[in-house]
Amino acid sequence: MSEHVVVIYPHPDDEAFGASGTITTFREKGVPVTYLCGTLGEMGRNMGNPTFATRETLPEIRKNELIKACEVLDINLEMLGYRDKTLEFESTEEVAEHLFSYLDKIKPSLVITHYPGHAVHPDHDAFGAAAIKAVEKFSENERPTVWAQAISRNHLEELGEPDIQNDVSEVFTKKFETIQAHQSQADGMLSKVRNEADDIVEATKQWLGVESFYTWKF
Amino acid sequence: MEPIEINQLQEYIDSFANKEVYVHLETTNGAYASHFNQDAYNVGAFIRNAKVTYQRGKVVGAGATYRVGLKLDIGWIYAEGVNQFEVDMQKRLLMAGHDREGRLMVALQISESPFQY
Ligand SMILES: [Zn+2]
Repeated sequence: MSEHVVVIYPHPDDEAFGASGTITTFREKGVPVTYLCGTLGEMGRNMGNPTFATRETLPEIRKNELIKACEVLDINLEMLGYRDKTLEFESTEEVAEHLFSYLDKIKPSLVITHYPGHAVHPDHDAFGAAAIKAVEKFSENERPTVWAQAISRNHLEELGEPDIQNDVSEVFTKKFETIQAHQSQADGMLSKVRNEADDIVEATKQWLGVESFYTWKF
Repeated sequence: MEPIEINQLQEYIDSFANKEVYVHLETTNGAYASHFNQDAYNVGAFIRNAKVTYQRGKVVGAGATYRVGLKLDIGWIYAEGVNQFEVDMQKRLLMAGHDREGRLMVALQISESPFQY
């Protein structure tokens, strides 16, 4: 089986904050990466002060940022067309079927997604659960590895240390560039860091320099 | 969007009265409220493309925050905390309340055609 990594997250910017260092490391080795992005982050709250967006213009802005971020990372992008904050109300089975239709064509070696129940945002939990259900549809000998990302406050207590801990400081410039491609989101997130640090890249590296995952046990 | 100019906004609200319109109403404190602050609760409500006709709409308030109420034949719609507005290129009336950091807290939008999905 040739290597191909599929990243399954619901929001434009999940890949940037969560896995862009890991993605870069794969791309540097020549491994193709495809991002299945669930929504356009239509329900994002950052409209800026002064406002640069409205509820109605935000989807198009975030779509363009997503396309740019995927260019920075040099990865394939598929936008799946769900609506932000509604994923948990969809049928998990239907979403899993939808995801499987992509996975079945790509035949990935590795799938990266959120750890259901430990991913804080309801879309993260729901999409992670659907992704795992989709991977379960493969027969055991064809099934890709799944790296599930937990971000809940209590994940260390409940799940133990993640077995995959990627130090991405070597490729951090690329990660920072990917985050900045999501300008409408990055400004809010990074301003917290900016208030407290002189060197924003260095401070962000402290915060986001390691990407951790749990290998899912089927 | 621009800070609310009450007389102008009232005129826009009047212009949609007694017509079949589509309403988007939303309020939220974000999906991460209780993640960043354990004492906080995540609350929000969302309705998109409610098809209604209002006989009267009214904006009330002053300074930084306004309330907008729409009187229906058999009910009401209102939003509190609105501070900015615009009529966009598709002639939809967009009203919203943002906090100091520019985060949306409440939105009320009125359109003669449905909002996109
Ligand atoms: Zn997200």
